[in-house]
Amino acid sequence: MGITFRKETFRDDYTFRNSPEHIRRFPFPFNEDSYMYAVNIEPHVVGPKGSVLENLIDVDEHYVAEMQDRALVLAEDPLRCQSLPHMTLAGWDLLELLMEQQALGYPEHFTLTRDGDRWRWINRPLGIDDTFTFGDTSTLPYGPMEYITRQSQGDFCILDQRDGNLWMDAGMVTTQADWSLDFDIGMNFFEWHAPVPLAHEKGIFIRALKFLTNIQQGKPARRLNWTMTINPRLDTSPENYHKWGPDRATVTPENVGDKVHLRVELQSFWRLPRSNGIVFPIRCYLIKMDELVTQPKWARRLHRVIRDLPEELATYKGLTRYRPTLVEWLSKLDDGSPTSPGFGPD
Amino acid sequence: MAAKTIISRPVYGTLSPQPGKHHLFVADAEGALAIIDMAGKAPAGFFDGAEIVFIAAPDGKHIAALEALKPAQLHLPPSFASLLPRLRQTLTNAHMGLRLYLSGTEGLIGQAMQVALEAGIDHTSMQTEHRGSLARRMQCVHCKGITENVTTQPATCAHCGLLLLVRDHYSRRLAAFQGVCINAEDRSEIPPMEEVFR
Repeated sequence: MGITFRKETFRDDYTFRNSPEHIRRFPFPFNEDSYMYAVNIEPHVVGPKGSVLENLIDVDEHYVAEMQDRALVLAEDPLRCQSLPHMTLAGWDLLELLMEQQALGYPEHFTLTRDGDRWRWINRPLGIDDTFTFGDTSTLPYGPMEYITRQSQGDFCILDQRDGNLWMDAGMVTTQADWSLDFDIGMNFFEWHAPVPLAHEKGIFIRALKFLTNIQQGKPARRLNWTMTINPRLDTSPENYHKWGPDRATVTPENVGDKVHLRVELQSFWRLPRSNGIVFPIRCYLIKMDELVTQPKWARRLHRVIRDLPEELATYKGLTRYRPTLVEWLSKLDDGSPTSPGFGPD
Repeated sequence: MAAKTIISRPVYGTLSPQPGKHHLFVADAEGALAIIDMAGKAPAGFFDGAEIVFIAAPDGKHIAALEALKPAQLHLPPSFASLLPRLRQTLTNAHMGLRLYLSGTEGLIGQAMQVALEAGIDHTSMQTEHRGSLARRMQCVHCKGITENVTTQPATCAHCGLLLLVRDHYSRRLAAFQGVCINAEDRSEIPPMEEVFR
């Protein structure tokens, strides 16, 4: 048996939904009743069966629809995918990683066969069967990074490591939480994080950079990040902010459950073997409030987190306009009883 | 001088003579004064191996003072756009030992640095000094249009007309600050426009 891929949209009529199994496996990002930045990085190792960590590169029921949405974004704005000239080798590294991981985790959907440099890649959900020469860009319809990331859920940033820093020198970024690859490409780790409030003062980025530049091949790491999105819109780019921004003013007590989504990023960090770069997949998971509160522990905890969030963070995450409405709605689901430790539902 | 705000925002220094065989200065407007001040600290004969490219104000202010430094070459292009092909060729053909000095408005420093980066020169090896106007070169994140000489906060995009928050977030590659729609969530909210980058 394989995954049943949903037919759904992340724009216009917004038919995106999570199945009950996918609600249970949602990577809820709060392990206590409050939230503040931390260098919450841990080894990216395989987790429990049925969780989003069952495989190191997760493929889920939204795969096909997400890839269709990505193609729409790229057709409108090709600058969402860019690679500086010295990053092609890292693109091949990424192609190998994603083909290997997807074929390993989901053999019923993906098959990779290698005969020296002649590789055959079969992607059944998307109807792709290509044979190409590894390392020869002319044998693929796109550059290697674009080719494989049109077939992989999540955004991908490839970081070049030099001068003791990491440089955002390539990426496929169509499902981002309000940052622009086109603007940030070529920047170093501190520069592209420059607009993030509070974290610089806490020394977060200095410690994070030290950790990331020491990542070893075969020992990936991960962290969770989160924000909220109105409507299940993957493309919340700054480029289109003037199109999706007005949605934030449409939240009412009646539609909170349907419109407000928790948006969780599972970020992982992998050393690439040939280029010595780091690839940074940012996998986005969305869940609407109505789905999330089917787990009473999550409802209680989310209420407390959003209610007590420092104002600067709420502003940075763009919650200001609808936070009172959301907190009021969630408060009715919080009886004040304690929540159990850990991320998972009870 | 511009205050340091966030890490991506450029920080400028004071021009000082560097060891090297060839010295290329690119300056506009009040940037000439940075070169003239530096000349006082330069060793004898320094300007024998120097080219000064100066985009003067319409009144020709500072041209005579730069001539008095007797650089090997003084080039006076009418605008940055007209300088671009020549600057590209000079930097592409440059050998090790060329030192680059940029002074004047942020727009000039940023655009000259952009050309130098494309020629493979590391930004940390360039001498920069900000003089004169704090006007910003801004890229609209929505339509990608560049608006020059932005002095207000917020500012109107000269291309798509959206009202933009001029952020401190800066891209050396684009030589521009980022402009993001300030009232995207409710267009009827129109914050007052203040002259802040003068």
